[in-house]
Amino acid sequence: MWPWGDGGVVWGDRWWSKLAIDDWLNPGGLRVQGNGDGHERAPGMGRRRFLQTSVGTLGLAPLMAAGTHPAWTRIPGAPFSNYGQPAASESGVIRWISANADVPGNGVSWTPLQDLVGTLTPAGLHFERHHNGVPRIDPALHTLTLHGRDARATRWTVAKLLRYPLVSRQLFIECGGNSNSGWLQEPPQAAVGWLHGLVSCSEWSGVPLSLLLEEAGVARRSGWLIAEGSDAFGLHMSLPLEKAFDDCFIGLYQNGERLRPENGYPMRLIVPGWEGVLHVKWLTRLEVADVPAMSRNETARYTELLPGGRARQFSFFMEAKSLITRPTLGDALAPGDYVDIAGVAWSGRGRIRRVEVSVDGGGSWQDAELQAPVLPVCFTRFRLPWRWDGRRAVLQSRAIDVTGYVQPGREALLAARGRWGYFHYNAVVSWAVDEDGFIAHVYA
Amino acid sequence: MPALGERLDPEAIALLPQTLFADGRGLPSGRGTVRQGALLYARLCVQCHGPDGRGGSAPELAGGRSPLAGDYPDQNIGNWWPHATTLFDFIRRAMPMFAPGSLSDAECYALTAWLLERNGLWPEDVPLDAAGLGAVRMPNRDGFDSQWPDRGPPHP
Ligand code: HEC
Repeated sequence: MWPWGDGGVVWGDRWWSKLAIDDWLNPGGLRVQGNGDGHERAPGMGRRRFLQTSVGTLGLAPLMAAGTHPAWTRIPGAPFSNYGQPAASESGVIRWISANADVPGNGVSWTPLQDLVGTLTPAGLHFERHHNGVPRIDPALHTLTLHGRDARATRWTVAKLLRYPLVSRQLFIECGGNSNSGWLQEPPQAAVGWLHGLVSCSEWSGVPLSLLLEEAGVARRSGWLIAEGSDAFGLHMSLPLEKAFDDCFIGLYQNGERLRPENGYPMRLIVPGWEGVLHVKWLTRLEVADVPAMSRNETARYTELLPGGRARQFSFFMEAKSLITRPTLGDALAPGDYVDIAGVAWSGRGRIRRVEVSVDGGGSWQDAELQAPVLPVCFTRFRLPWRWDGRRAVLQSRAIDVTGYVQPGREALLAARGRWGYFHYNAVVSWAVDEDGFIAHVYA
Repeated sequence: MPALGERLDPEAIALLPQTLFADGRGLPSGRGTVRQGALLYARLCVQCHGPDGRGGSAPELAGGRSPLAGDYPDQNIGNWWPHATTLFDFIRRAMPMFAPGSLSDAECYALTAWLLERNGLWPEDVPLDAAGLGAVRMPNRDGFDSQWPDRGPPHP
């Protein structure tokens, strides 16, 4: 299903469904107008487009003129709820699922980046990548075992881990396969989240892995740690022990509450700044070893074939990247419109130092404003106010991180990495605004 | 600092799953033939992976052999996977997807033997066991360059 929304609008502090507005306008003989070409319901159509092309032309007066109090001020509201849910009228803001028809639990769901602001992703909208479904784990039976070279084999229950001192960090997690449609020869047409939404950002809290390694008597920092999940795929991945000692932790909480099942409940590995697949969900076993496991997902997958036939392996860092999240495909602009170009940037190597925005396809760049605080290995919001003059424009953003690394253009990325690397696509993303104000995904 | 973990005794340690390494450490005993593998495949795998390991909804397991350096490379077990042990390990832990972990070690050897044979890497008439699997040298074994230890951001 394509979650294009139902075409309602947010006006003032309220949401108005398209139906309500139609009803309201019709008695006065006014029609909700599109641009006349039937595109109101075109793929990618969001509520912002409706706002700009339809209601925006009517002015404020009609909706306010009624002078009556809205119905919901005349009846008592809903009672309390044990766990709050998004407004019913926000039901179009969802993860878009793309899964294997023969294995429904094998696939991904994408974070709707185009509908979100700020830097934290609601837990229910955090992207998913599962290989064989979300296990239903009984936390009373689940344990974490650490064993292997140098280690005195040690096991923790969930209840015991919850008693350790916890650290909290706001961190993005990005799938190594995010944005892989960028390798295609023609740019696919979809809103930003459906192409690049295998990245999300949360506040994760948990037990520093160094504490558990020390408790098990592991002292040597060289070698590898093999992390294994308790799901129907038994996903296992190797990471350098050095990183495990450095800043990894056993994630138990996400945005203040215990992990959601699809995010690894009751525990997952957090590996700040490194590719998502290492953040092993449903974590149950850690084995210290002299060499990596050479598991299927660190050999046949999550490695990058380069031109010439050799491949990169253990390319752990998610390099600097940025995305314009608004405007995006499905929005349309009118000449003279003020547009707040906004988006997110992140780098697995630390802080974002600068984000530059171009409205002429990379001909010239302007510094975007960064929203404070700018945290390392975390979504950083940027914005650049702009007025569209009605001529074709190509919007781009590029991130520069604390190492001085500059997010590459697509040509440069392809020149270095060819077309078959599949993983770690972090090139500049381009959105063209045509003379009619429509937005399309382009390669520029 | 708290130390709340429970130390495992030797019996519990003996029960822990052992990682299977590329040098053959951790390979179990048992053996299987290519013919047994073909029969198992037809019963448990073909519906997703297609006849002869290609043409299904799941990844191709044998077939295309376009070179990795070419314009349209195939990344198959035969020309892409660096280690044969990985194949055994992956089948044992994850396949078939509707019943992961259900195959015996002998069945895993048989399926591995059949898939290696389909990829031209194992003779049809020799049963596969730990020693045999540990000795298989995959054509692309040295085709991967580890990016760790890290040498800083790549360009680009
Ligand atoms: C219900 C469908 C289904 C069945 C049945 C199934 N598989 Fe799979 N198999 C998959 C899917 C889907 C993947 C890809 C998993 C992923 O990457 O997340 C896969 C991946 C694999 C891979 C790795 C391929 C690669 O290129 O990385 C191997 C090997 C494999 N399967 C072997 C088998 C064998 C052997 C059997 C029978 C015992 C089997 N499969 C049965 C769906 C299935």
